[in-house]
Amino acid sequence: MTKSLPKVVVFDYGSGNVHSAFKALVAAGADVTLTSDQDQALAADGLLIPGVGAFKSVMDALNTKNAGRIIEKRLIASKPVLGICVGMQVFFDTGLEGGEEIPGFGQWPGQVRALKADVLPNIGWSSLEIAENSVLFDGIEEELFYFVHSYAATELPLTGSEAIKPPKLTYATHGERFIAAVENGPLSATQFHPEKSGEAGIKLLTNWIQTF
Amino acid sequence: MSTVRIIPCLDVAEGKVVKGVNFEGLKEVGDPIALAKQYYEDGADELTFLDVAATVNNRDTTYQLATAVAEQVFIPLTIGGGVRSAEDAKRLIASGADKIGVNSAAVARPELITEIADVLGSQAVVVSVDAKRGSTKSGFEVTTHGGKKSTGIDALEWAKKAIDLGSGEILLNSIDADGTKTGFDIEMLTVFRKVSSVPLIASGGGGKPADFVAAAHAGADAVLAASVFHFGLFTIQDVKAEMRAAGIEVR
Repeated sequence: MTKSLPKVVVFDYGSGNVHSAFKALVAAGADVTLTSDQDQALAADGLLIPGVGAFKSVMDALNTKNAGRIIEKRLIASKPVLGICVGMQVFFDTGLEGGEEIPGFGQWPGQVRALKADVLPNIGWSSLEIAENSVLFDGIEEELFYFVHSYAATELPLTGSEAIKPPKLTYATHGERFIAAVENGPLSATQFHPEKSGEAGIKLLTNWIQTF
Repeated sequence: MSTVRIIPCLDVAEGKVVKGVNFEGLKEVGDPIALAKQYYEDGADELTFLDVAATVNNRDTTYQLATAVAEQVFIPLTIGGGVRSAEDAKRLIASGADKIGVNSAAVARPELITEIADVLGSQAVVVSVDAKRGSTKSGFEVTTHGGKKSTGIDALEWAKKAIDLGSGEILLNSIDADGTKTGFDIEMLTVFRKVSSVPLIASGGGGKPADFVAAAHAGADAVLAASVFHFGLFTIQDVKAEMRAAGIEVR
């Protein structure tokens, strides 16, 4: 009997280039579907939320597909969700864009805002300060990852408790130190693009899939 | 800190690589997908495809190429050539490109930059500036059609305007240095670095690995080259070794 591959849904809401995310997940060993169907997104072993462009337009597009509710339901059931780039930023309370505070899904306290740097967007490969006991970065601690963004969260003030572990935070620096990845129980996210980070990115996705 | 990116550029027409390519051990020499994979394995930080037929003959760029490359190569992919509308750009992104290169069409109609940035975000827009020495204010003039047509537009002012309009990166191609293999145009690069708040990609003139070091020292965030890689004069790893030795961070 062959073991069936873990099922991952790439949430389809008209976000930029999803070909690479799709193919990178296939390369990482998943059975991938591109859809915004609520039942499929809830049933999958893993849900990936891609995202490029402006915080507001990503939130608007996700809201029209009822993504907030789907994400919440999955997290209550401890089913893995991975956000990428703006798909990570929307998990924070707010995004500050053009002087306007746009509400995010609010899984994490804190704000996403423009980085203080001489050159923006931050485009390119960067090394990371990996969180202790990270699962996502297991075996790829020394690798570089590809970033394309102007906005980021610099803090995630969630300390955890005796019963709940605090999120594992991985950092990168461009002008200032910012959060490059979060591992928070079933909810994970990367500010960089694993699907554009070569073999290291594939390995990260494999690590994520192995948490299912 | 991000590392300095090395970007091979492939000129394609009707789905084939057109400029000379001479890779040892590579059977399908004109096949852009095979070349893309080769560069990916050699450590390219990004890839750029320029559809040269699209501008000259007003043809659509090849969407299948974007898809085929994006399916096999997990690094960012920029596609330029013949993009005249936000719809063209959207279709390229939906096909598998990560960034859109615009050049002459934006010179003719600068609003195009904003139209694309509004739909896809600034990070997806790379404005190529083909600049050469001329009599405009900064001493650098915008040319189109691969340097053959002068526009009378000041290149430095144009770059600033392109950034204001929403360009996420500037690809600065020195027509004076292009094809000379005597080194990137450090003088031009230095002038543009001072005004560019977005990443600057240096292009034109790279003839040896040390030239890439000089471009990085002049402030290039990324360095693009074509024939030196295609003809196998040196590899991407040769360039990176030289940069590492000079204390520049590379992947």
